[in-house]
Amino acid sequence: MASPAPSPVGAIGAYTLGAISRLGQAALFLAQVLRHSGTSLLRPALTVREIYFAGALSLIIIMVSGLFVGMVLGLQGYETLQTYGSEEKLGVLVALSLVRELGPVVSALLFASRAGSAITAEIGLMKATEQIVAMDMMAINPIARVIAPRFWGGVISMPLLAALFSAMGIFGAYIVGVRLIGVDEGAFWSQMQAAVDFDHDIMNGVIKSAVFGVAISAVATFEGFDAPPTAEGVSRATTRTVVHSSLLVLALDLVLTGFMMRMWGN
Amino acid sequence: MTSRAVEFWVGVFVLIGFASLLFLALKVGNLGLGTEADSYTVTARFNNIGSLKVRAPVRAAGVTVGRVDAVDFDAKDYQARVSMTLVGSYKFPTDTSASILTSGVLGENYIGLEAGADETFLKPGDRIQITQSAVVLEQLIGRFLYDKAQKNGGK
Repeated sequence: MASPAPSPVGAIGAYTLGAISRLGQAALFLAQVLRHSGTSLLRPALTVREIYFAGALSLIIIMVSGLFVGMVLGLQGYETLQTYGSEEKLGVLVALSLVRELGPVVSALLFASRAGSAITAEIGLMKATEQIVAMDMMAINPIARVIAPRFWGGVISMPLLAALFSAMGIFGAYIVGVRLIGVDEGAFWSQMQAAVDFDHDIMNGVIKSAVFGVAISAVATFEGFDAPPTAEGVSRATTRTVVHSSLLVLALDLVLTGFMMRMWGN
Repeated sequence: MTSRAVEFWVGVFVLIGFASLLFLALKVGNLGLGTEADSYTVTARFNNIGSLKVRAPVRAAGVTVGRVDAVDFDAKDYQARVSMTLVGSYKFPTDTSASILTSGVLGENYIGLEAGADETFLKPGDRIQITQSAVVLEQLIGRFLYDKAQKNGGK
């Protein structure tokens, strides 16, 4: 493809073409995963196993980080709100920031580094040890048997983890704000309930986290499946999974937030 | 790990996930107030709605009884048309008055309903006739200064 001594302009062109062709490969890969999802979802035990690895094993880290993020939000929010004498708005501040943004985004970033990297490394290593080729030889479609369950495991786990993160965060803010600092408990909950809307705030968070789940699972499985079958190739693919899916989550969050704010008219 | 243990932990995970979603819906959000099934919509016209927004609460005697659905401008009589959804079990007389109030000094605007004494109740789609506009702080200050100046000038 590239001539022996590429000019700087040629290097940029080659890089761009390479990036576009990788994007195309990823899209084709995703289409193939979706096409073979039916056969793998008919055997739910495979997907359940992946939900265990991606979701159930992420419970502790999500709960602990949610709790701490909520506690810090409670402290910082109180510090700022009390200068305006409206510390009873603490519940609103914490709940809206967690449910709308922090819950989906931070749990997606944690999920990308905790589960996404593991998925890439596992699939990459299966490729390096020629297990994927062996499956193909036995007429087992590796996409249906290996990729699709991991993809759906991630997609199903992500919204549940994000909801758990938000709930733990609100609990953490309750502990710090109400139990330790002494914000009025009734105001904390009632103002929160008056301000947080189920359709607009909570469902938006769920939709966001589902989209992030699709993005992270797609990047992780593609990078693993596409990794050069060497030790270096797998390690690079794992790094790329974490970097690319984190950036993708942040970019998607901006797009989704803008889109949702337009759609709901505020 | 046996597949039975895997299934158990996945079950725990899914249950915890849905429990937190339920917690968010019931304890954090306001689900359970005015679902589509048992609610009705009425409209009201105001000369000025201040900074009333869609989803602002509608309160009667301080209790939230509904939410603002839509706010738009009527180019025919230059008034703001506000439609609000009220909880179905709360019936209001037809001569109920609606006013735009502010919660606290810097708080958000909401609609306050003051029940009248009529025998008949508002039906879905009805219009609340008696309305009172929002108090705009600049106008209030302006009127106050004007009054002050007039009083001083009269002396």
